[in-house]
Amino acid sequence: MLAFILRRLAQSLLALLVMSALVFVGVYAIGNPVDILINPQADQAEIARVTASLGLDKPMWVQYWHFLTAALSGDLGKSFASNVPAVQLILQRMPATVELALVAMGIAIVIGLPLGLWAGLKPDSFAAKSIMAGSILGFSLPTFWVGLMLIMIFSVWLGWLPSTGRGATVEVLGLHLSFLTWDGLKHLLMPATNLALFKLSLLIRLTRAGTREAMVQDYVRFARAKGVPENRMVSVHVLKNILIPIVTVVGLEFGSLIAFAIITETVFAWPGMGKLLIDSINVLDRPVIVAYLMIIVFLFIVINLLVDILYTALDPRVRVAGARA
Amino acid sequence: MSAAVPVPAATVAAAASPWREFASSYARSRIAVAALIVLLLILAVAVGAPFISPQDPYDLKQLDIMDSKLAPGGKSGAGWTFLLGSDDQGRDMLSAIFYGLRISLGVGVLSTVAALAIGIGVGLISAYKGGWTDAVIMRIVDLQLSFPSILIALILLAVTGQGVDKIIIALITVQWAYYARTVRGAALVEKRKEYVDAALCLGYGSVRIVLRHIMPNVLPPLIVVATVQVAHAIALEATLSFLGLGMPITSPSLGLLISNGFTHLLSGKYWISFFPGIALLVTIVAINLVGDQLRDVLNPRLK
Repeated sequence: MLAFILRRLAQSLLALLVMSALVFVGVYAIGNPVDILINPQADQAEIARVTASLGLDKPMWVQYWHFLTAALSGDLGKSFASNVPAVQLILQRMPATVELALVAMGIAIVIGLPLGLWAGLKPDSFAAKSIMAGSILGFSLPTFWVGLMLIMIFSVWLGWLPSTGRGATVEVLGLHLSFLTWDGLKHLLMPATNLALFKLSLLIRLTRAGTREAMVQDYVRFARAKGVPENRMVSVHVLKNILIPIVTVVGLEFGSLIAFAIITETVFAWPGMGKLLIDSINVLDRPVIVAYLMIIVFLFIVINLLVDILYTALDPRVRVAGARA
Repeated sequence: MSAAVPVPAATVAAAASPWREFASSYARSRIAVAALIVLLLILAVAVGAPFISPQDPYDLKQLDIMDSKLAPGGKSGAGWTFLLGSDDQGRDMLSAIFYGLRISLGVGVLSTVAALAIGIGVGLISAYKGGWTDAVIMRIVDLQLSFPSILIALILLAVTGQGVDKIIIALITVQWAYYARTVRGAALVEKRKEYVDAALCLGYGSVRIVLRHIMPNVLPPLIVVATVQVAHAIALEATLSFLGLGMPITSPSLGLLISNGFTHLLSGKYWISFFPGIALLVTIVAINLVGDQLRDVLNPRLK
C-alpha cells in the first residue's frame, strides 16, 4: 500500500513537472507582451529596459528555471496588466468560483439522486423515460447556450433574476459569500443551475444504473422476504450501496466543474477565476494565464491522486492490480 | 439481441444483402429514422448553402445597415422578408445560419476524421510494438485524458491564438488520445487471435499484418464512436468560439453567431442568438441519435 502511494505520488509529481514545462513553453511562445504594455512611441532603449525588467531577455530555459524555483515558493510572477502577484489575483477570485461550483454540485445531487432513484426503480414508467430523455438533452446541450436561454427567459422576458454579477455578499471568516444574502442568492441561482445541468445528467444516469443493478441483488430479496418496507429498503439498503461509486464520481467531477465554470462565468459575468482567465487571455497577461493553469493542473492532479488512493483503500481488487502493475 | 426477435418472412428474403439487413434493423427505431432524415437535411443545407440562401451574408454589397436588427418576419428596404430576422449588420439570420452550419459541420467532421486517423495510427503502433513505446504513449494518453477537453483546448488556443487551422488542431489534440486508447485495447485483443498467428506463419510482414488484418477488425466500432464524437467536436468548437477563442470573425460558425447575438440578447433581440442556437442544438441531437442507433445496430455488445 505504501509503495503504491509513493509510486503514485512520484507519477503525480512528474505529471506536474511535465505540465508546467508544457504550459510555460506554450504560453511564453505567444506574442510579445512588451508590445502591448509599452507606449508604441517608445524608443529602442526603453523597449530593452522593459524587456529586461520583465526578465524576457534571458534564454527560455533560464526563464523556466526562474519560474520553477519561484513557483516552488508559491510565486508565479506578477500580472503584467495590474502589477499584482498573479497568485494573489487568482486566490481573490477563487472563493467566487468555488462557491459557484459547490452550489452547482449541491443542486446536481439534490435533484439528480431522487430522479435517478425513481428512474431506476420504475424503469418502464413514463416519468422514468422522460427523466432519461431529459438527461440525454442535458448531456448534449452546449452549456453556454443553455445559459443564454436562461438569461433570455428569466432576466429579459420575466425579469425575475439578475443576469450578471454576484450581487451583495457577506463576509464570513474573510471570505465573501453570496448565498447568505437574498440578493446574492438571486444572482447565484441561474449560474449554478447552468453549471449543474451536465453533472445533474451524469448523476441521474449513475444513480439509475446503480439502482437497477442493486435491485436484483440477494440482499434486496432478503430484505423483502424479511418484510422490510419498500421505502426503508430504498433509502437505507439500496442507497447505501449505490452511494460509494456516486461519492467517488462527485469528488472526481469537482475539478471538471471548476474548469467548466470558465464558460458559465463568462456567460453570467460571474467574477470568478474562470472569467479572470478569459480576460487575461484577451490581454495576453502571461503570468496570470500560467498561474491559473498551474493551479488548475495542480488541483486535478491532487484530485486524481486522492481518488486513486481512496479507491485502493476501499476496494481490495484495485490494490492487487496496482501492486502488479 | 437480433437473434431473439422473430424475423418476418419479408426480411428473410432480403437478408441476402447485408445492407438491407442493416437498414431494416436501423429502421426499427422511428426516432432514429427521423433523426437521420433531419441530419441528411442539415448536411444538404450545409453543402448547398451558397445556392439556397436568400442572401450571401458575407457579401457587403447585399447588406443594408438600414435593415439591421429586424425581428423575424420583418421586411427589408428592398421589399423581401427576413424569415428569422437580421443581425446588427443587416444580415439575414437564415442565410447566416446556413453558412454557419457549413463551417461548424466542416470543422467538426474534419477534426474528427483527422483525430481518428492519428488515434488509429498511434494506437496500432502502441499495441503492436508494446514495451517502452507502449508505456510512454499510454502515459501521455492517461495524462491528457485526466483533464477535461475544454481545458486542454483552451490552453492550446490561448497559446496559438485564433484561426480556423488552429481550432482544428485544438479539436484534433483533444480527441486523438481517446481513439488511441480504444484502438490499442481492441488491437491487443485481436493480436492474440489465431488469424494473426496464421498470417505470421505465412510470413507476412508486421506492417501488412497490422494494416490488412488487425486494422479492419478494429475499425467498425470506432467509426460509430467517431459519429457521436462529431457532435462533441461541434459543441466544443461552438463553446470556444463563444468564449472568443475559436473561429475568427471571417469564418462565422454557429458558435460565433450565438456569441454575436449575446450582446443584443439583453435588449430583447433574442433571435440573433436564439435561432443559431436552435440550429446547433438540432444538429447535435440528430447526430447523437443517429450515432446511438448505429451503435446499437452494429455493435450490440457496447449497449
